[in-house]
Amino acid sequence: MAKEQIRQNPAVSIRTPRARVRGLGVSHHGAGHWWVQRLTAVANVVLMLAFVVIIARMAGRPYPEAIRLVGSPLVSLILILAVLSVTIHMRLGMQVVIEDYVHAPATKIAAVFANNFYAVVVAVACLYAILRVSFGQSPV
Amino acid sequence: MAPTARPTVAQPLSPHLQIYRWTWTMAMSVFHRVTGTALYGGTALVAIWLVALASGPAAYGWVAGFFGSLFGKLVLFVYTWILLHHMLGGIRHFIWDAGVGFDRAQRLGLARATLVGSTVLTLVVWAAGLLAR
Repeated sequence: MAKEQIRQNPAVSIRTPRARVRGLGVSHHGAGHWWVQRLTAVANVVLMLAFVVIIARMAGRPYPEAIRLVGSPLVSLILILAVLSVTIHMRLGMQVVIEDYVHAPATKIAAVFANNFYAVVVAVACLYAILRVSFGQSPV
Repeated sequence: MAPTARPTVAQPLSPHLQIYRWTWTMAMSVFHRVTGTALYGGTALVAIWLVALASGPAAYGWVAGFFGSLFGKLVLFVYTWILLHHMLGGIRHFIWDAGVGFDRAQRLGLARATLVGSTVLTLVVWAAGLLAR
């Protein structure tokens, strides 16, 4: 019997039928990480190209014009979506890098914690700033 | 029987980067991860830029002054290239995810296209940006 058949055969395998049906494997979250990485990657292609255009148009503008540009609904929306997609994508990517290179348990946990904190701080700082400008709360 | 003497030559414990012959696909794979890590740090610059914008003219003037300087422009140019390289590297992964592009010639072509494409795209973006000024 092939290895896969043994694994899938309830009479031989010690995996519970429930675990087999859920299909999440030993990590308990299946291919979720991989899938979200790809999902945000697709979103990033569109959003970051728009981001590059926005940055190019921002260059050299005086403050009030910069505020008007970032505060316009379309630009604010693109920036908010870009921040969400990018920070989720980069957090997942850095987690893989940490898991590949950091092996000591304490250091690894510290690195994963730091990765999460960094991603959240960057995301919240960006979103707060965009909303503040968008809602006209920035000092002009 | 006496135990065999251990070899005195320093041997690597496991094969790693330094003993492989560099190939295009390997270089672009490593570069995809390096650019991803660089972009990870680069988002801090985006956060600083946006928070400065929300903080007022003084803070924004300081940040805009930095990015407008020669060094700032160099940072932005390299940032553009790294971003577009990582983007094309990701598209290369999508092609592989679809189950195609694994032939020897295709692998080499995709790896070269990533580097050439990102360089050309960066120059196009900057030329367009400067011409639209």
